[in-house]
Amino acid sequence: MELNGAEIVVQCLRDEGVEYVFGYPGGAVLHIYDALFQQQEVHHILVRHEQAATHAADGYARATGKPGVALVTSGPGATNAVTGIATAYMDSIPMVVLTGQVATPFIGSDAFQEVDTVGITRPCVKHNFLIKDVRDIAETIKKAFYIATSGRPGPVVVDIPKDVTDPAIRIPYEYPKKVEMRSYNPVTKGHSGQIKKAMELILKAERPVFYTGGGVVTGDASKPLIDLVRETGFPITSTLMGLGAFPASDKQFLGMLGMHGTYEANMAMHETDVLIAVGSRFDDRVTGKIALFCPNATIIHIDIDPSSISKNVRVDVPIVGPVKQVLRDMAKLAQEHKADINTTAIKHWWERIEKWRAVDCLRYDRSAEVIKPQYAVEMLHKVTKGDAYITSDVGQHQMFAAQFYPFEKPRRWINSGGLGTMGFGLPSAMGVKFAYPKADVAVVTGEGSIQMCIQELATCKQYELPLKIVLLNNGYLGMVRQWQEFFYSGRYSHSYVDSLPDFVKLAESFGHVGMHVTRPGDLEAAYEEAFAMKDRLVFMDIKIDPEENVYPMIEAGKGHHEMYMSPQLSAERELA
Amino acid sequence: MRHIISLLMENEAGALSRVAGLFSARGYNIESLTVAPTEDPTLSRMTLVTRGSDAVIEQITKQLNKLIDVVKLVDLSEGKHIERELMLIKVRAEKTYRDEVKRLADIFRGNIIDVTDTSFIIEMTGDCDKLDAFIKAIHPDMVVEVVRSGALGIARGDKGLNL
Repeated sequence: MELNGAEIVVQCLRDEGVEYVFGYPGGAVLHIYDALFQQQEVHHILVRHEQAATHAADGYARATGKPGVALVTSGPGATNAVTGIATAYMDSIPMVVLTGQVATPFIGSDAFQEVDTVGITRPCVKHNFLIKDVRDIAETIKKAFYIATSGRPGPVVVDIPKDVTDPAIRIPYEYPKKVEMRSYNPVTKGHSGQIKKAMELILKAERPVFYTGGGVVTGDASKPLIDLVRETGFPITSTLMGLGAFPASDKQFLGMLGMHGTYEANMAMHETDVLIAVGSRFDDRVTGKIALFCPNATIIHIDIDPSSISKNVRVDVPIVGPVKQVLRDMAKLAQEHKADINTTAIKHWWERIEKWRAVDCLRYDRSAEVIKPQYAVEMLHKVTKGDAYITSDVGQHQMFAAQFYPFEKPRRWINSGGLGTMGFGLPSAMGVKFAYPKADVAVVTGEGSIQMCIQELATCKQYELPLKIVLLNNGYLGMVRQWQEFFYSGRYSHSYVDSLPDFVKLAESFGHVGMHVTRPGDLEAAYEEAFAMKDRLVFMDIKIDPEENVYPMIEAGKGHHEMYMSPQLSAERELA
Repeated sequence: MRHIISLLMENEAGALSRVAGLFSARGYNIESLTVAPTEDPTLSRMTLVTRGSDAVIEQITKQLNKLIDVVKLVDLSEGKHIERELMLIKVRAEKTYRDEVKRLADIFRGNIIDVTDTSFIIEMTGDCDKLDAFIKAIHPDMVVEVVRSGALGIARGDKGLNL
């Protein structure tokens, strides 16, 4: 079969099984768009800003586990995509981003819409390529998908100069069946000796904790994790990125840990003697001050990426390998040696944990006249029966969603954990909705974040995506305001969002349904009504308590045992 | 501690910038870096000299290994190895001082490869300390220009760093 470069690009995507490409056309990719136009298999979704193309591809990838694909033009198309690429990179999301480039003779001449895309994206991709010859397209795209999806996944950028996709040049096409790279061989199996060593520690442990992260979700290791945790009877806590990998309703689950983690999770981390870290990377929002991190623990760390091991925290027993296989092997060993687990010590450990849990650290004022953000998320959970896909933006609403929407399954909680990208929620939800058209998909957002990609309401109209937007509107950049309240004596420098639009009218102007909700008593019915509209996007502008803060909180640079609680809770504890 | 790291990487455009970018992005030290193709034209060999604690060096080697273009890596400082650097140094050499410079170059086994009425260019190889010592031995006012290649390294013994 003879094809031109543009047709080869599209044919490669078809052969790779790509269903959706999120993109935005422009000069350098016109040949590719022409090829897209002439086929039906690969569906192109026209976004309204390239950042949204990458977030939508990212959301699709997070929800499905399949690589997301974005297509943008050269210059500003590529630079607009960078935020989304960096977002995916920080959270290890498999993604292939095709960027147009000026024709090869113009490279380096400061041509119209030229930018050094490979140079600009280099620090925020797993790898990138510049294709200089039409004959290299198929192999490069094959490599891009292989690199993006194997080992520790990540985004790969493929920069394609316009002349490489020239319709006049036709060559024989064949998509490579597999690709081998002498310089890239990700680990496929964890070392059995290390696994045994870890098991010995686990069997001797008196105050163990599992600390699991996004790697369990990305590595599709939820099932063996559940097996191992149930087999051992140990407590488990999760990072923001790992939520859903272990069912939140399970008694063994202590909730999220870290800066806004639960009291029981953080205290357990502080007192543990054997920490079992799985697919987590000891991020600063999780560890707090490193010198105070798990002071008494021997640390086991399972991760696919060797450079994650002992990066921030020294690890005693590293196991480099796919978490799925390692956990499966460990679960089997745990089952065989169940009798050797120190059950008496574990029982005492649970008694101690239950005392911490009894503090009920997430308690908030339910008698309030105004809508509390916590209540808004709880109601969302109730109405969606805990079974929705929830995407979020970044800030207080993200933390409230993580704390008050207990996730029972992996890939249901979709947020930008590493980069913390405001504007991620709406476009990533579009990606999720394309993947799962029948599922409820809700965007939990703030009035700051939603405005960073609000133009995507037009995309949602064009493709009739019935998302539910849950805007927790407090009129502040809430997390900034919270820090200013705590650490800058309440000087609210530029954290107040003056002159907000009327979001209901705004949604309506895009052809969607808008709703104002101001009273706690109206909330449940409003949600019911919104989710009953199966074929409409509903934008719910929910006025919440403007000054509510996220608790518990560990100040940056403090230890896990140095949390502070909500003022109400602190007062009650003092009385007691 | 000073470490000398040798790596084989795909001889592709941008490979060098990936390494250099990694060092600046992660705040690692880089004392010298040399790169050139090997007997296999698809491979480049890079020698890197860096300083850092054991933990930092461990991260550096892991992060380098993680680069898709890096095929193989060895920290030469972990075993017996030979290190050489090439220096070209231009010195003022006038009247009575000409003999002294010539003598010093001989002691350090340097070759004079360019001569004018007022200057010599001396070519010298050795480990970094030797080259430092030679520069120190010449009066600073006499040094016109110094060009150093950065260190090259190779492990002793019959084993090679290849695929």
